[in-house]
Amino acid sequence: MALLAPALLVGAGMLVPFVYLLARAAEADAGTLAALVLRWRTLELVGNTLKLAACVAALGTLIALPLAWITVRTDLPARRLFGYLAVMPLAVPGYVMAYALIGLSGYYGPLNHVFGLTLPRLQGLPGATLALSLYTFPYLYLNLRAALLGLDPSLEETARSLGRSRANAFCTVTLPHLRPALLSGWLVVTLYVLGDFGGVALMRYETFSFAIYNQYAGAFDRVYAACLSLMLMALAGAMLMGEGWLSRRRRFGRTGTGVPRAAEPVPLGRWRWPALLFCGLVQLASLGLPFFVILFWLGRAPAEIDWPALGMVAGRTVLAALPSALFAALLALPVALLAARHRGPLAALAERLSYFGYAVPPLAFALAAVFFALSAAPFLYQTLPLLMLAYAFSFLALAVGPVRSALLQMGQRPEEAARSLGRGPLSAFAGATLPRLARPLVAGGLLVFIVVVKELPITFLLAPTGYTTLSMTIFSRTNEGMLLEAAPYALVTILFSSLFVGLIMRHEGGRH
Amino acid sequence: MKTLLLSGLAGLSLCLAAGTAAAADLTIYSGRGEAFVAPVIEMFETESGLDVEVRYAGTAELAALLQEEGAKSPADLFWAQDGGALGATDKLFAKMPAHVGQNQPEHFKSADGKWIGTSARARVIVHSPERAPADTLPKSVLGLTDAAWKGRVGWAPSNGSFQSFVTALRVKEGEEAAKAWVDGMVANGAKAYRNNVALVQAIADGEIDAALTNNYYLGRFKGRDDKFPVEQRFFADGDIGNLLNVAGVGILETSDSKEAAERFAAFLLTPAVQQYFTSSGNEYPVIKGVIPNATLTSVATVETAAPNVPLDQLSDLPGTLELLRSANLL
Repeated sequence: MALLAPALLVGAGMLVPFVYLLARAAEADAGTLAALVLRWRTLELVGNTLKLAACVAALGTLIALPLAWITVRTDLPARRLFGYLAVMPLAVPGYVMAYALIGLSGYYGPLNHVFGLTLPRLQGLPGATLALSLYTFPYLYLNLRAALLGLDPSLEETARSLGRSRANAFCTVTLPHLRPALLSGWLVVTLYVLGDFGGVALMRYETFSFAIYNQYAGAFDRVYAACLSLMLMALAGAMLMGEGWLSRRRRFGRTGTGVPRAAEPVPLGRWRWPALLFCGLVQLASLGLPFFVILFWLGRAPAEIDWPALGMVAGRTVLAALPSALFAALLALPVALLAARHRGPLAALAERLSYFGYAVPPLAFALAAVFFALSAAPFLYQTLPLLMLAYAFSFLALAVGPVRSALLQMGQRPEEAARSLGRGPLSAFAGATLPRLARPLVAGGLLVFIVVVKELPITFLLAPTGYTTLSMTIFSRTNEGMLLEAAPYALVTILFSSLFVGLIMRHEGGRH
Repeated sequence: MKTLLLSGLAGLSLCLAAGTAAAADLTIYSGRGEAFVAPVIEMFETESGLDVEVRYAGTAELAALLQEEGAKSPADLFWAQDGGALGATDKLFAKMPAHVGQNQPEHFKSADGKWIGTSARARVIVHSPERAPADTLPKSVLGLTDAAWKGRVGWAPSNGSFQSFVTALRVKEGEEAAKAWVDGMVANGAKAYRNNVALVQAIADGEIDAALTNNYYLGRFKGRDDKFPVEQRFFADGDIGNLLNVAGVGILETSDSKEAAERFAAFLLTPAVQQYFTSSGNEYPVIKGVIPNATLTSVATVETAAPNVPLDQLSDLPGTLELLRSANLL
């Protein structure tokens, strides 16, 4: 039970913002608060937020599930390349994606500029759904891909040998095994939607986060914002509970003897072209579009690019993101172990708490960290370590996911075998399990790294004064309508993160 | 090896962070955009030999942060977008020394010497010359609630300058009238945007026909593209919609570099900097003797157009936020 200590420490870290928000909310006068919170507007915000979450999860699945199956299970040419490209949208900041979609139409948009087309601009629910789906579907894709790779093909083959069609075998055998991956993917995507501000603000769709941001950025009122944040967290909490209830412990580890093989690729035959077209379209929309728009801006940039400044900003971004990612991966290990191996309320709590940080709107998380540092650790205030801590706690769930899946699929047999050969618990874990966790750990860490590079609200509030990062520069320049000046920074962000996406693909669990 | 490399990196970044935090002689919180402020900071650093760090964010956001930080704030000086925000935070400010702001008119600074205006700007209506020609625009901002403007007007409720205007409306026309106007705008389908840049862009993109912004935003677009299809003008003289406001600075009571902060405040009022605000920023100078910007309406016109509302009376920001919130705008 040595695991419990670090895992619960993680939980305690997660609770700091919660305590902060409660303390803030408690300052309010009960009457005014009730009037503010219990009104039609709140209900409207809840409705909007849930609608968006459902739409994004649905559209994301429609994109990610076929994509994962095609790139893992078929003989599609260049499927490895498509697999890499499918994860790259993670590198596109949400505000850039939304800008690209909006920037297509409009007076300065390439459509008007090059083709003389004026389209009605994307906005509201459809616009927000599209923008968010296009850069969150890789979370689903990664989860599904890992599950498909780790699935023992003999299950499906057994079903086929009993006379079932391929489609039937997929629906009755494979799909149920993808359930945990789908659920945790939906959870991550939903939490992302709950916390996203950049994309929804640009699309002028009023969700909870948007309202909270308006409270912080456009008002002095931190009390009301704290109340909204608490409501949003309750919403996120409900999602967490729901996911936990839906994916109640089942066995997904193999129980048979022998080693799982890689599945035989399904020959596509004449379905090859629709499959290619589908992959191409997805990538054109999620990657081609932002790239195209950024290059379009770059092409029209009047001034010289200030390379030294760009280099310095990029360097700072990396120096803040790397240690955070490392720290998140370290913290993820005990939490994932607990979640995968132990039953009981404490283990479940620790795991759910690791998602908590992800569920707290980043803005509230950042203000909580400010409050915490000012009241409990002034020496940390506006320092890089505090920023890194906030990053790590906020995105811990991303690092926990891959490790947990790997542990579940591995089952405990290898370790039990090592124990039966006379090794102690630690030695058995280090010898049999840890080496096979290296890949998912690195993958999780890289995921955190990428998300940190493009993260905005936490960076804005917690970065030491004068420590400008890529995301801050992009946002402040686009905010001032300086799209051209923001372009090189956006391009560097995307290229840079793309490199790491390639690394993730290399380190993903699955084939051993 | 990898671990070694990574821990080395972590160590290096910590040193870097410590370096950035400790080295600055002056720390400024700026609600004004980096694009506009950075050149001024560079000029000041060259001239004074001091090392300046700036924290950029929204004006209201920084005001909230300053309140949160209280006595522990590392900030020496707050550069805000509008007089209302300065008024709302002036409890945190030390008195400006008498020699700073001597050369500027009284109506550009606070009466009790807590803050000084550094550049002036006017509220205007920007419009599409095709879809909303000048002769169809209302004489008063209050006329935008007419049915003729249904769904055609944009505004930015979370923007500090807009909020200052609403405060001025409450001061001049009374609470009831202000609330009636805000509710009327909402009922008339006014579209909310993020900020002033987005408003001007939305007119060019054909989403709306007119919007309420500050006078200097259009100039930025026109400066890059003189065919940009948007124009701007004032309402009738004295109308509250033409509010004349200032961006300004206050020095924090808790600052441990008050002298450097005072130097910076004084520097902002030197003719060279005022000329930059006017020529490059399309704003109005707050001292005499600056060559006017040829693309702007003259100072005399602005002064004539402006309503008579002292900036010191615009500090009831909480009341305005209350009003905007009750209309579900925040």
